Amino acid sequence: MTDQILIRGARVIDPATGRDETTDVLVAGGRIAGLGQGLKADGAEVLEAAGLILAPGLVDLHTHLREPGEEHKETIATGTRAAAVGGYTAVSSMANTVPVTDHAAIVAEIREKAAQAGLADVFPVGAVTKGLEGESLAEMGEMVASGVRVFSDDGRSVSTARILRNALTYARAFPIDVVIADHCEEPSLVERGQMHEGVNSYSLGLAGRPAEAEEIMVARDIAVARLTGGRIHICHLSAARAVELVRRAKADGVRMTAEVTPHHLAFTDEDLLTYDTNLKMHPPLRTAEDRAALVAGLADGTIDAIATDHAPHAVEEKEAEFDLSPPGTIGLETALAAVLTHAVKPGYLTMTRALEAMSSAPASILGAEGHGGPIEQGRPANLVIFDPDEEWIPEAPFVSKARNCAFLGRRLTGRVRYTLLRGDLTVADGKATK
Amino acid sequence: MNKHLLSMHDVTAEDVVRILDTAESFREVGTRVIKKVPALRGRTVVNFFLENSTRTRISFELAAKRLSADVINFSASGSSVSKGESLKDTALTLQAMGADAVVIRHSSSGSPHQLTKWISGSVLNAGDGTHEHPTQALLDLYTMREKLGRLEGLRVAIVGDVLHSRVARSLSFGLVKMGAEVTLVGPPTLIPPDVSAWGVQESFDIESVLPKLDVCYVLRVQKERQRLEYFPSVREYSRLFGLTTGRVGLLPEGALIMHPGPMNRGVEIDSDVADLPHSMIEEQVTNGIAVRMSLLYLLLGGSRSGNANADAEEPGDD
Repeated sequence: MTDQILIRGARVIDPATGRDETTDVLVAGGRIAGLGQGLKADGAEVLEAAGLILAPGLVDLHTHLREPGEEHKETIATGTRAAAVGGYTAVSSMANTVPVTDHAAIVAEIREKAAQAGLADVFPVGAVTKGLEGESLAEMGEMVASGVRVFSDDGRSVSTARILRNALTYARAFPIDVVIADHCEEPSLVERGQMHEGVNSYSLGLAGRPAEAEEIMVARDIAVARLTGGRIHICHLSAARAVELVRRAKADGVRMTAEVTPHHLAFTDEDLLTYDTNLKMHPPLRTAEDRAALVAGLADGTIDAIATDHAPHAVEEKEAEFDLSPPGTIGLETALAAVLTHAVKPGYLTMTRALEAMSSAPASILGAEGHGGPIEQGRPANLVIFDPDEEWIPEAPFVSKARNCAFLGRRLTGRVRYTLLRGDLTVADGKATK
Repeated sequence: MNKHLLSMHDVTAEDVVRILDTAESFREVGTRVIKKVPALRGRTVVNFFLENSTRTRISFELAAKRLSADVINFSASGSSVSKGESLKDTALTLQAMGADAVVIRHSSSGSPHQLTKWISGSVLNAGDGTHEHPTQALLDLYTMREKLGRLEGLRVAIVGDVLHSRVARSLSFGLVKMGAEVTLVGPPTLIPPDVSAWGVQESFDIESVLPKLDVCYVLRVQKERQRLEYFPSVREYSRLFGLTTGRVGLLPEGALIMHPGPMNRGVEIDSDVADLPHSMIEEQVTNGIAVRMSLLYLLLGGSRSGNANADAEEPGDD
C-alpha cells in the first residue's frame, strides 16, 4: 500500500476555479499534492485516466440514510457505500430517522457510524421542530454546536409560517449562517395525493398533488425569509411557476437557494401510465413544461444544486398498490449518470455547470469544508473520476440496500470509476473498496 | 384483442363490436332451462375481490359458470390478505394454482396493471379504485345498443361524481371510442378540472342538458364526499343535480335512464324515476352476465385457439 496516487491524463474540471484541462493529479497524504503535465512519483499507485473526467467529489444535500430506526430500508454503511459508488464524498442525512434527528445525541451517533464506515462524510440535517411534529422548536443551538448547519422538517413543509419565522429568527443567535431547508407542498392540497394533478391523474384515477401546492408554499417561504432576513433552501423544486418565484425572489435579494432532483429532470407524469411505484415521489413528477423550466432554472443558476432525495424503501413496501406504496426513489448511484444523460448530453447544461450543481454549490450550502473543490494543491483529495461516455443499465441489486430506483432498467450514459475520500480510494474500477 | 382488459383503452372500436356481438349470442343462454355451455370447460377463473362488491362478483361468477369454467372466489375477508399478505404474494399464489384468468376488484387504482407483472393468465379489471370499470362500461354499451339500435351519434350525459367514478371514466372512454357524444354533468368540484384529453363536454346545469339526450346515466353519490367538502349537503345535491320526478319530464321521449347501482334512491335519482319503464337498471344487470361471458370467452381462447377443441366452440353450442 502506498498513500500516493498518481492520476494520469484525466480531464480535470473544477467548477470552483473554472479549470478545465487535461492534466495529471498527484494525491499524497490525503491531499492534492500536485497538478501538472507529466507528473512523476516513485512508488505511487498509478490510475490511467485518459478519456475520464476528474472533478470534485459530489455532495448531496438530500439523502435519507434511514438509520437509526429503519435499518431494513438502508443503513449508514449501505447508504454511504451507495454514495461513494455514485461519486459522492459527502452527503447530508435527512432528519426523519426514528427517533427523529432533533437533538445532539443522534447527530453524534450518525456521525460516529459514518466515520466508522469511512465511505463518505455525513452531515446530519437537524429537525426544525421536535419530532418533526411542527409544534415546538427542536434544540437548534445544541445541534449547531455539534456541527449542524441545515435544518429541515423534510417530508412535510415547516408546519406554519409562524414556526418558520421563529426558527429563522432564533437561528440568528448562532455564529454560523443556518439554513432552513423546506419541502414545499401546501398540505391540504396534497392530502392523499398520489401524482401530479392534471390530465394524467384524472385519467389514471389517482388523487392529485397540484403544482399550485408547491407554488403556495414557496411563496410563503420567500415572504418569511424576507420578513426575518433568514436563509431558506427550497428542497426538490418541481413546478415551473415555483422556479419563477425563486428567480424573482433572488433578484429581489432574498437569501435563498434551491435544489432539483435528477428524476425531476428526467421524467414527467406521462411516465406514470403503467403505475410504476418507483416513479411515485413527493413532490411528484410533473409536466414537460415543468421539466423544461427546471432545466432552464438550473442552467441560469436560479436553481443552485442537484440533490438526489435518495429515499430507500424495502422491496415489499414499494411492490405494493400504488396508493399504498411509500413515495421516493433511490438516487445516489444513478444521479451523475442521470444528469449527464438527461441534461448534459442533450445540451441543456454544460458539463461544468452540472458538476458545479453537484459539488461546489451544494458543498457551500451545506458548509461542507474540504468538499466540492477547489482542486488545488494542498486541498483535501475529495475527488470523483468518471467515464462520461460509458453506457449502462441500472439493475438490481444495488449497492444501496434498496432497489426502488426510478432509473431501473433504463439506459444511462456516464459511470463513476473512482472516488477518493481524503486520498483514500472508496471506489476503484466502479466498485466500493470496503 | 389484448390479453388483458385493464382499461377501455385496451380495446378498439372493432373489439367493442365483437364483444357486444358475442354477448348477444350468449344472452340467449341465460334464457334456457339449462343455462350452460362448455366453452371454458377445464379453465380456471379466479374472482379476486379485495373490495366488497356483491353484484359484480356474482355477475362474473355466473358468467364463468355458464361457460363451464371452474370458478374460485377469493375475497379479502377470511383470506391471507386480511392476515397482511401482499398483493404480490397473493398474486403469485394464484399464479401457482394455475389461474387462466383473474378477475380483480380492488380499492387501489392501478392494481390490475400491477397484477399483470405476476400473473401469466388474463387479468380482467372488475373495478379499481377511482380508475376504471371496463366491464360495467361494456355492459352499458350493450344495453344502449340493444335498446337504441346504435352507439354512434348517441347523446349521453353522465351525471354525478365523475371525479371519483371508475364507471364514468370507462364509460366516457368507451362511448367516445364508439362515436357517441358525452356530456359530464355534476357539481364543478366533482368534475375533473381538465377533461380535454377525454373528448367530452361538461356542464353544471342538468336541466339544460336533459332535453338533448338519448341516455341519462346517473352515478351513485357517495355521501362521504360531503364531509370532504365537495358539496354542502345531500339535500342541495339532489336539488341541483338529482334526476328528480320534477325534472325527468325534460328528457325526450324514448330516452333511457341508466344507473350502475347500487342506487341511493332520493339522492341522485328519485325512487319513482328509477322505476319508470325507460329505466334500464335491471336490464343492465341481466346484460352484465352476457357481456362478462363474452369477455371471458374472447380473452380465454375464443380468439386465440383455432382448434376444434372445447374452448374454441362457438357460443351457443351445447
